[in-house]
Amino acid sequence: MPRALRHALLVVLPVTLAAALLPFVYSNQLLLFNFVVFLTLAQGVNVIYGFTGYLPFGYVGFFGAGAYGFSLSVIHLHMAPLAALGVGALAAILLGLLLTPLLRLSGAYFAIANLAAALAVYQVVSNPNLTEITKGPYGISLSGVYQPQLSYGVAVAIMAATLGLAVYLRNSRFGLALQAIREDAISAAMAGVNVVRARTLAWLLSALVAGLIGGVFAWYVSVFYPDTVFSPDFSIFAIVFALFGGVATVTGPVLGVLILYGIYNAIGISTPQYFQLIYGLLIMGLVLFLPNGLASLFRRRGIDVP
Amino acid sequence: MLGYALLAGLVFGLYFGLVGLGLNLVFGVMRIVNLAHGDFLMLGAFGAFWLFGIAHVNPIVTAFLALPVFIALGFPLYYLVVPRLLRAKDPEMLSIILFFGMSQVIEALATIGFGPSERSIPGRVLGSGPVSLFGQSLPSAWMVSGVASGLAVLGVYLYLYRTRLGYLTRAVMVHREEALATGIDVHKVSAIAFGVGLALAAIAGVFAPFMLGSATPAMGVDLNIQSFAVIVVGSLGNPLGTVLGGIVYGVSLMFMQTYFSSWANLLPYLLLILILLVRPSGLLGRQVRLA
Repeated sequence: MPRALRHALLVVLPVTLAAALLPFVYSNQLLLFNFVVFLTLAQGVNVIYGFTGYLPFGYVGFFGAGAYGFSLSVIHLHMAPLAALGVGALAAILLGLLLTPLLRLSGAYFAIANLAAALAVYQVVSNPNLTEITKGPYGISLSGVYQPQLSYGVAVAIMAATLGLAVYLRNSRFGLALQAIREDAISAAMAGVNVVRARTLAWLLSALVAGLIGGVFAWYVSVFYPDTVFSPDFSIFAIVFALFGGVATVTGPVLGVLILYGIYNAIGISTPQYFQLIYGLLIMGLVLFLPNGLASLFRRRGIDVP
Repeated sequence: MLGYALLAGLVFGLYFGLVGLGLNLVFGVMRIVNLAHGDFLMLGAFGAFWLFGIAHVNPIVTAFLALPVFIALGFPLYYLVVPRLLRAKDPEMLSIILFFGMSQVIEALATIGFGPSERSIPGRVLGSGPVSLFGQSLPSAWMVSGVASGLAVLGVYLYLYRTRLGYLTRAVMVHREEALATGIDVHKVSAIAFGVGLALAAIAGVFAPFMLGSATPAMGVDLNIQSFAVIVVGSLGNPLGTVLGGIVYGVSLMFMQTYFSSWANLLPYLLLILILLVRPSGLLGRQVRLA
């Protein structure tokens, strides 16, 4: 059996089935939806950080762009939700294109510039002067298109596609080229990788993923404020989840979300400051003692982690 | 209007120079990004608030106290995380995540200790009434904070350029391995620089209630971005370039607030991106672009 198919059967299929079937036995659909959102975002971070080596500290910018692209085309153009989702994805891709020059920066510089870019987009969207267009800081209400069952299903489909994308990168020449860029861009170029094209493609793919799930998020929750969908927590959580499990694998980010977001929901809601404390200590310990994530524990023993 | 914006901009510029200075010193010496910088600033602000609340300690006294306290805090913190971090494959990138974790820990502890509400100290503690200068009148708390920031910057200049320790520190900045080969105790020099960096953040924090209005445990994130904008404009890795960056930032902030007030919040982000893309090295040349 080819490796890609084995990975799909081992990871993508069970996760997708679980996400699709759990609402029938578990009543808190919002919680499950949040898990689906973070599973998708963590894989999106995996594409650009895990495989390509750019730390997207402002990843939430794409999520917010998707959410606003969706909402504004529903409000102003009265589009059907699925078509509006396309506009959300387009908005994220356009933002991605606008930010491609940032890919020239390396390491910490890219991370900081990306964070600044996401905050700049948030400032523009929530500016009271633009209330006519974006509703400014007063938030969006989409009660007309509220369809929790359908939007949940679409979110699961997007998650499955994103997991499929990670399987493809894990097992293809393109994924290998991205990892070569991450290790050493100049050597990769010497070896015949078109560095600029490959990294731009990876960047736009991860923007697309975040834009789509951001659009579905807006559709599912249907009432939100700009600081909900531009909350830096989305970027940070997605990065830490991916890192905790182990990037450049398909399983790592999934494990990270299931474990850490599970802990968050167990203790984070009632006592956020204690969760924040544990979470911070966990991140520090992770970087110092296990910089390659949980997956590296298995890899060290010679087990091939999907 | 113009004169006021210019003068207030200079005062704020000196202050923002101090805000960024510690971050840049740490980056310059260790090549790591202290994303918890803003949270040490917050600790300084809460220290000032707390001492003022229990014993009416003047914030200027607190600023002097902050120096030894935070240097002493920086020492163990340095040996706890930095040497291990520098052995990793990509310390610059990993440091962002590590210090993000540290900032979460500090923010959580501050929330547990002080509660999440906003705190402020009345401005009259630093002198009453406005001060007139070149025909413009500014609150005296601003003037005192600006002068104190200038003195702190001067102190850093003397430390770096007029002491033997500063000489060694600059050697580590130029080339860590060569400094080690010359027989410099790199870890000790770095640990002191780390402590001084934290202390500078705390001193800036002491004046934050006057310059920024109030202090909350969650203020660190915003301050980090502003500090980055300041030090990137100046130049990464050159602590004294930060002062120039601070003044550019302060003056442009005041002009934005005077003439386009509703868009002033955008300034730090746009300035940061613009400088990184157009002139990523600031004043001091260091390669930050790869392909």
